[in-house]
Amino acid sequence: MTHRIEVGYRPGFPDPRGMDTLSTIRSFLSIPIREVRCFDVYTIEADLSEQEVIRACDHLADPVTQQGAVGRLAPAPFDFVVSVGYRPGVTDAVGKSALVLLQDMAGRSLAPSSAVFTSRLTFLSGVNEQQAHRIATELLANSLIERFFILSQSDYLASPIDLSIPVINSTHTPVCGAIDLSGSDQKLERLSKERILSLSLEEMKAIREAYEEPDFLRARTVVGLGAFPTDAELECLAQTWSEHCKHKIFNATIDYYEQGQESKTIESLFKTYIREPTERIRKQQETRRGESWLVSVFHDNAGVIAFNDDYHLVYKVETHNSPSALDPYGGAMTGVVGVNRDTFGTGLGADLLVNVWGYCLADPRTDRQIPRGLLHPRRIRDGVHRGVIDGGNQSGIPYGRGWELFDDRFLGKPLVFCGTVGKMPVMSAGRPTHLKAARPGDRIVMCGGRIGKDGIHGATFSSAQLDESSPVQAVQIGDPITQKIMFDFLIEARDRGLYHAITDNGAGGLSSSVGEMCVASGGAQLDLAKAPLKYPGLDPWEILISEAQERMTLAVAPEHLEAFMDLARHRNVEASDLGVFTDSGYFHVKYADDTVVYLPLAFLHDGLPAMRLTARWQPPRHEEPLLAERKDYSEVLVSLLGQPNLASGEEKARHYDHEVKGLSVIKPFVGVRGDMPSDAAVFLVSHGSFDGVVLSEGVHPHYADIDAYWATAAAVDEAVRKAVGTGARLDHMAGLDNYCWPDPVQSDITPDGQHKLAQLVRSATALAKACETYGVPCISGKDSMKNDSMMGGVKISIPPTLLFSVIAKIDDVTKAVSMDVKTVGAKVLLLGATRDELGGSEYFRMLGAVGNAVPKVYFEETLPLYRAVQTAIENELLLSCHAVTRGGLAVALARSAMAGRLGLVLDLDEDERLRSLTTPAALFSESTGRFVVTVDPSKIKQLEAILPSGSHSLLGVTTPDAMVEVKHRGNKVLQTAVDTLVHAFQETFHAI
Amino acid sequence: MRSDVEARRNNVRVLVLTGFGLNCEAETTHGFRLCGAQVEQKHLSDVLLSKRPLTDYHIIAMVGGFSFGDHIAAGVVWANRLRYHLFDRIMRFVSEGGLMLGVCNGFQTMVKLGLLPGFDRGYGQPVATVAANDRLGYRNAWVRVKVDLESPCVWTRGIDEMELPARHGEGKFLLQNNELLDRLRDEHLVALRYVDEQGKPTQRWPDNPNGSPDAVAGVCDPTGRLLGLMPHPDAYLYGINHPHWARKKLEGTLQREGQGLRVFQNGVDYAADLKN
Repeated sequence: MTHRIEVGYRPGFPDPRGMDTLSTIRSFLSIPIREVRCFDVYTIEADLSEQEVIRACDHLADPVTQQGAVGRLAPAPFDFVVSVGYRPGVTDAVGKSALVLLQDMAGRSLAPSSAVFTSRLTFLSGVNEQQAHRIATELLANSLIERFFILSQSDYLASPIDLSIPVINSTHTPVCGAIDLSGSDQKLERLSKERILSLSLEEMKAIREAYEEPDFLRARTVVGLGAFPTDAELECLAQTWSEHCKHKIFNATIDYYEQGQESKTIESLFKTYIREPTERIRKQQETRRGESWLVSVFHDNAGVIAFNDDYHLVYKVETHNSPSALDPYGGAMTGVVGVNRDTFGTGLGADLLVNVWGYCLADPRTDRQIPRGLLHPRRIRDGVHRGVIDGGNQSGIPYGRGWELFDDRFLGKPLVFCGTVGKMPVMSAGRPTHLKAARPGDRIVMCGGRIGKDGIHGATFSSAQLDESSPVQAVQIGDPITQKIMFDFLIEARDRGLYHAITDNGAGGLSSSVGEMCVASGGAQLDLAKAPLKYPGLDPWEILISEAQERMTLAVAPEHLEAFMDLARHRNVEASDLGVFTDSGYFHVKYADDTVVYLPLAFLHDGLPAMRLTARWQPPRHEEPLLAERKDYSEVLVSLLGQPNLASGEEKARHYDHEVKGLSVIKPFVGVRGDMPSDAAVFLVSHGSFDGVVLSEGVHPHYADIDAYWATAAAVDEAVRKAVGTGARLDHMAGLDNYCWPDPVQSDITPDGQHKLAQLVRSATALAKACETYGVPCISGKDSMKNDSMMGGVKISIPPTLLFSVIAKIDDVTKAVSMDVKTVGAKVLLLGATRDELGGSEYFRMLGAVGNAVPKVYFEETLPLYRAVQTAIENELLLSCHAVTRGGLAVALARSAMAGRLGLVLDLDEDERLRSLTTPAALFSESTGRFVVTVDPSKIKQLEAILPSGSHSLLGVTTPDAMVEVKHRGNKVLQTAVDTLVHAFQETFHAI
Repeated sequence: MRSDVEARRNNVRVLVLTGFGLNCEAETTHGFRLCGAQVEQKHLSDVLLSKRPLTDYHIIAMVGGFSFGDHIAAGVVWANRLRYHLFDRIMRFVSEGGLMLGVCNGFQTMVKLGLLPGFDRGYGQPVATVAANDRLGYRNAWVRVKVDLESPCVWTRGIDEMELPARHGEGKFLLQNNELLDRLRDEHLVALRYVDEQGKPTQRWPDNPNGSPDAVAGVCDPTGRLLGLMPHPDAYLYGINHPHWARKKLEGTLQREGQGLRVFQNGVDYAADLKN
């Protein structure tokens, strides 16, 4: 039977969501609405008595602030009401918890078909029908996942009580069809696009050719398959061969041309510039100290490095760009809970320790017309933050690093980076935890959530540009609590030794997870009819590739199956035995009695034809801005601090938990008021031990407008420098590369593909150079190669963006150094050389220019300096240490002073190089390799003895009166109260 | 003498309940262990399955987290499960002198279960709630709390002020009516209040992060043995958890232990009969 319970706030009590909606309507939509009230609606499909429903109502409504009613709760007068509920089949996490509540209350198990569906009523006062419609469509409901209706007060009160429930009553009988691959090239290409396979013509032809092999065909007839691929096989191949899974561009053979240079041919950027340098660093470590701390790199879900005798560290950073463009909240949430699964599913499983996030977005304050089909950047920013906040907080994982970077080219596709650090016990249940392998005979067990149509084609879709026909089912909805409950269960199972291998179901769903795991055993036989579904009617291919969230796949030995299943039941985790790992050499998928996929593993994994691409480098020339000389740059600094890429993001960031687990040491925000972003995060790894992990990152897409080589060198340098300056060991530091590029394959819609590919080649070259020089090996990475959107004939491509993240060890966290000045009378030193490198700087961007003099990295200067800084920190010689980055020296000085709420009196002429530069270059050049440090006067001598000669200058002292006063070439070029700077820094995104 | 104290502490048994989205069990467990107690982390499902009485323990820790995702409202689904499946055992535990500490989600749960404030020891009938912060949304920032020195609370004895991180979206403690709020104050059940830099109870954000009337940060029952609070003593076990630990180090005031640990120590020492 169906029951409806409505819950609203009592008169006199604030209605939080109503208030929130009210202010958002006013600020986002500029509609001067008078009042908003919200009711929560629970539509219950369960066999409950009348008394039980009344009791349920008492439990659902708060005894102090709310009132509830069975049926309809009388609303206060209003103009229009908007009812918003999920579409059929969409995950309803709150509904699931409400069902738990009902079950506990009833004290008996309710029928398996019982369910609770949540929806909400939003009562709007002071709007007309048209405004109500705008509010519903632009704010309250996301039509991809939700449906809504709008009624006036009189229509609402006259309407019968709504007892409809969003269920899928599919009468569709699952079928598996064969797909005819004969015919013209155009037909193949059309097929690829229409089915969202994202396979190229060459790849489609390679599949066709495989199906013409007599041996291949003969094997198929034995299992009852015909000459054409089944839909499930084609979909499975498309997932496995997707750019997302196979990194085709990074593995392509590339011919690179540069004017005045000999052309070169690169066999795989990944192999040449990422894997090989890492292997060389491994050899160096082995030579130098007999062993390497690289434990597991590139082949697992995340990279693993040694930490101490008890734990390894695991790190992975992912992107979730396309889904976040369509449904910012759901897309970004799946970004964080998805990367949690990556780190969790590494080796035999890792405990999750710290999340990181970073977003490249268009300015949320923009008032420009947004192309149809794209969401306003403010809505994207808001939704992305809320998604990762909810996902991270509910999973009980603190964040360590968070940043935002703005450029209008991210309008077409926002970049949503989410990463997770884990710690893995070196041994668990007597086994090395970092090793895993499914064995023939092991059962294929899937656990966690159920499978639905959500997230079908995620992997292939992310390998395509965004356009009006982008599939709605590519969006998944995360349910962090279901995942958290599953993780808790799996850690118990890991420590009891109940499985041999584990991996997550992310991109490509079961086709990828089982398809990859069965390489170790040599085959698999899977029965899709045994997979638990959210609703009936899914075809086998949909079950196979669905990316429905919160699922892991495991290899469980038959003798452990019962114990595993028992534990799952006791932890309220659904687990299903879907088949068996074999050594048949085939990926064999059945649907009950019928075979739907029969593919040789060799073809599935190695049948993909290699790409051959051309890259052509032509350095761009940008106009140099005219710089008007001024005497006083105080106002310039104040304006600069308010630029979106330099302004405070604290308001949003404080909504993310950063202290759960009780291990945080250097927090994301530091200083006397805790309002200045730190250079790097420091966390303890376990209770009772004072060695820790250091995290930082660098990202410089604006330098890539001049040269992606130096953009990349700068990103690596910044990440390394911030970590070292906080106390990390340079000789125990690893890196992660996350490439987000505009499509670099030349085509009709990408006429500048060769240039973009050349940018990629240059970036990878610099990555290898920087990583090898610093001895910081890449241990994991990700590339996202189609960050373009085409809406109404307008193409928007992102600037080439590399996020470089580092993870490092600090031996004693009590020696970590933060960026804030701490004492009066401390000496202020600049370490590192400043050059006239304003190209791509925030200062130039504020002037509307790009310039050409991009900051370079002079490794012969930086490497010895960083080693010296590490020694200085180990000897506790630095009071504060702040890397000079975006915005240049003036911004770095301002930030250190603001953080400590102290003043600085400095003379830049004390530094020979600064003296030789123009004032704008001295203040705002973004030359790499520099730190601003403060030092107790008594320790200057000791520090100078450590620093390489000529690498530093003493600029002045800290003062109590909270004024920043800086002289250059005899002029007082900065003279500003710290409060003025703080105001500018915090104003830009206040209440945005 | 010293070893006698340690032995007594070591006899204190603590149950840390886990599962269904709770997430502060590791730091809570470590906190009690640092104080010398024996700690068992147990999944609620295992506690429900075994019929072992809770009176085997001296202390039950209700830890922070997002039980059942804070769906419907924080702590509601979890409290409901305890109400229908564990309440009798909890009541016996409380009536036989057991101690409970609820932090954040644990506090919300104790309130929604009617364990706090427990006027007249009438446990089980909720008369209060923990509602959404005045400034909406989850927020993580350190706050300063002051102890009501006349409070019967055994967990806060000897503590005057503490700094602790607050990390919640629903922390505003509300009672059914103003008379009850007066009573709460008169009976000194507001064990902890948010205070400003001068140490005065405050309604001002961000010092009072949620707008709780009377600056309520933590509430105890009339026996003083049950305490619930929103800020996290479990996230200040070490001196270096404090945002300004480096400044304290320069001043020579940095301690290895964090102030939050004192709450745990009070509970353990009370249970060990060291503070009666």
